[in-house]
Amino acid sequence: MGWITTGLIAWAVGWQTNVWLARRPKTRLTRLIIPIIFGLTLIALWECLVRGLEVKAVLLPPPSMIAVRFATSLNILWQDLVQTVVKGALTGYVMGCSAAFLTAIVVDRFPFLRRGLLPVGNFVAALPIIGMAPILVMWFGFDWQSKAAVVVIMVFFPMLVNTVQGLQATDSMQRDLMRTYAAGYWKSLLKLRLPAAMPFVFNGLKIATTLALIGAIVAEFFGSPIKGMGFRISTEVGRLALDMVWAEIVVAAIVGSAFYGGVALLEKAITFWHPSQRG
Amino acid sequence: MARLWHKFGPVLTVVIAIFVMWYAGSIALNSAWAHDKAQRAGKVLTTSELVADTMSQKKPRLPAPHQVGAEIWKTTGAMVLRGRAFSKRSLFYHSWITLSSTALGFLMGTALGVALAVGIVYNRTMDMSVMPWVIASQTIPILAIAPMIIVVLNAVGISGLLPKAVISMYLSFFPVVVGMVKGLRSPDHMQLDQMKTWSASGQQEFWRLRLPSSMPYFFTSMKIAMAASLVGAIVGELPTGAVAGLGARLLGGSYYGQTIQIWSALIMAAALAACLVGFIGILQRRVLKRMGMA
Amino acid sequence: MTQAEANETSCQPVISARNLSLTFQTNDGPVHALKDVDLEINKGDFVSFIGPSGCGKTTFLRCIADLENPTGGEITVNGMTAEQARKARAYGYVFQAAGLYPWRTIGGNIRLPLEIMGYSRADQDTRIERVLELVELAGFEKKFPWQLSGGMQQRASIARALAFDADILLMDEPFGALDEIVRDHLNEQLLKLWARTNKTIGFVTHSIPEAVYLSTKIVVMSPRPGRITDVIESTLPQERPLDIRDSPEFIEIAHRVRDGLRAGHGDNV
Repeated sequence: MGWITTGLIAWAVGWQTNVWLARRPKTRLTRLIIPIIFGLTLIALWECLVRGLEVKAVLLPPPSMIAVRFATSLNILWQDLVQTVVKGALTGYVMGCSAAFLTAIVVDRFPFLRRGLLPVGNFVAALPIIGMAPILVMWFGFDWQSKAAVVVIMVFFPMLVNTVQGLQATDSMQRDLMRTYAAGYWKSLLKLRLPAAMPFVFNGLKIATTLALIGAIVAEFFGSPIKGMGFRISTEVGRLALDMVWAEIVVAAIVGSAFYGGVALLEKAITFWHPSQRG
Repeated sequence: MARLWHKFGPVLTVVIAIFVMWYAGSIALNSAWAHDKAQRAGKVLTTSELVADTMSQKKPRLPAPHQVGAEIWKTTGAMVLRGRAFSKRSLFYHSWITLSSTALGFLMGTALGVALAVGIVYNRTMDMSVMPWVIASQTIPILAIAPMIIVVLNAVGISGLLPKAVISMYLSFFPVVVGMVKGLRSPDHMQLDQMKTWSASGQQEFWRLRLPSSMPYFFTSMKIAMAASLVGAIVGELPTGAVAGLGARLLGGSYYGQTIQIWSALIMAAALAACLVGFIGILQRRVLKRMGMA
Repeated sequence: MTQAEANETSCQPVISARNLSLTFQTNDGPVHALKDVDLEINKGDFVSFIGPSGCGKTTFLRCIADLENPTGGEITVNGMTAEQARKARAYGYVFQAAGLYPWRTIGGNIRLPLEIMGYSRADQDTRIERVLELVELAGFEKKFPWQLSGGMQQRASIARALAFDADILLMDEPFGALDEIVRDHLNEQLLKLWARTNKTIGFVTHSIPEAVYLSTKIVVMSPRPGRITDVIESTLPQERPLDIRDSPEFIEIAHRVRDGLRAGHGDNV
């Protein structure tokens, strides 16, 4: 009973602190500290409830057990991370996004292509592309190349649609201004339309970060060498070693937020002028 | 006529180009195996024989569109004609399995998402504690925990539809929260002040201003949620031992190298996604038109 | 340039329109934005176009700038077709909104046309410095547009149009979105700038006092179809302090403009 009471008390204390903090004027500090307190409270509640209710570790291991597993298997986790994230996801991300970006510029140049490819691209972006994974694993083998291929296909269309939209984002007045300067296609592309498209490009890049990780991990469920985050998750689930599964998920969460955060930082530096970034 | 061409011509051209590329790809990818076979039989293939062979292999690397089409017809239309629309070999049966968990998960996720969004908009503590986590969790590849959810729920005796629906719910819930929070906050200061001058209650403000203003956002996020929900259901079917559903067909096909089966399941999944998202699109146009917003 | 040469060139019209017509095809049938417009603008003129919305004043300015294609008649700018003139960068254009690029500083925005037109880096720098002084924005070069007030942004956009030394300045309601006090100030500055640079200015407005205060020639237009109903030569002196607007002469001209606008409106008022 002790654990459950402790957990509930921890929850009540944490929540009350946040209520008190939230009533105070919003500052950078409260904006940072409130979600942290909330997260810690949640972890404390999880730990206490699992121990108090004696939930079996094969169902839901307590956070402390996950932390221990994490600390003792750093080697494996690192090796999986390199295999899945660096080789699979990142390679595919760079290839897919740059291919989509270049395609978008070509598509934008020819209105016929734009009118044809944009609806198709929008349609494809809504499809469960992840289903292509088994085919690509067959084509490119079990190693990271097939994962990168899955990622390329997954990030291509969202990136394409966003970039094409961005290249259309200039208003008619700004295009008229370019006309009064008698600026040609390349000059107005370079000076006006690419910079104006940047917020859209980054929107595509941010969506693509999550898709890249999902693609690389799930593709491993269809076949992989004996390393990789997706491989580890599916085999450890089979062995009911859930603490290891959770440790991989923690890695995925950290890598996911870091990847996204990195792109967001770059966005802040490049599109500092956009109203959404000026705050 | 010119107008019709202007509207559909480009799309049609692109679609035709895709088919041409598909055929070309299947000839290119399958010719190695065709040459192999011919060599073992001690024959030399003419071009037309080669092309014919690449399009009629049993386990091609890339099946030609008409092979996939024939397989889909064999497992859908033809079975309906024989009155066995829901036998275990029918794609309708597998689509239905996937659709039901998609729909259930989508409904649960949307309901949960709307509820959480209302809480976040009206409760400052919740806004500041939960919202950052909702946004952060969008950057995490949540799909990775799908196998675990299935196995854990199975272990506590929950199996069948619900575990898959839970994954779908989990995936569809985030876009709804984010979209609805944005939507419920979309009325501007002037509109909110106007409500204040009429001394409208919180409930009135919600039902008459915030909720109607959020509708465009709601439908847009529902489309994303629906697509995510389908992905969740398909991935959720992977670790269940390949019993039923489009995901199971994909996995089964990949175990036994049945590429035609994989492609037909894939096309079926695409059609399902198109129908579901299209359905929400129609709903969106109807509702927004009635509200005078479209 | 000597005084004699200046007089000689001023005899040739810089902009000349003959029977200029522009018809838009819309779903509700054709709209006659301009019909049989005849006008000559001489070097150094400050010409205002005034009239109710839909009278074609902006459309006419856009025809001069080759941003619209007339469907009838002809227009010459500096003796060339409008397209040749645009390609020869004969004019600077100021839009209703400042339309500065948010990702470039004020200096960077003024540099933009200079980069496109291929000026050398050193030349760019001196020009930027000169035009910023001309619009009294010296010292704001490193600021971003969104850090400046609306009036300052519009001044920067005028500087941008002046930077490449086109003889013609086309302005489409440049001060329409600004408040009265800022507007007065900018009008005064614009006149000074015109006197110093001796440019030919085409200026669209729907404010009568603004048109009378600024112009040497006021073109009154009316809608359906868009046409010129009156051309008023101003008798005001070159030197115009703000309080000239209280003089009887000023009020007299304003009356004529108002009458012209009323006549053009016909039964609609």
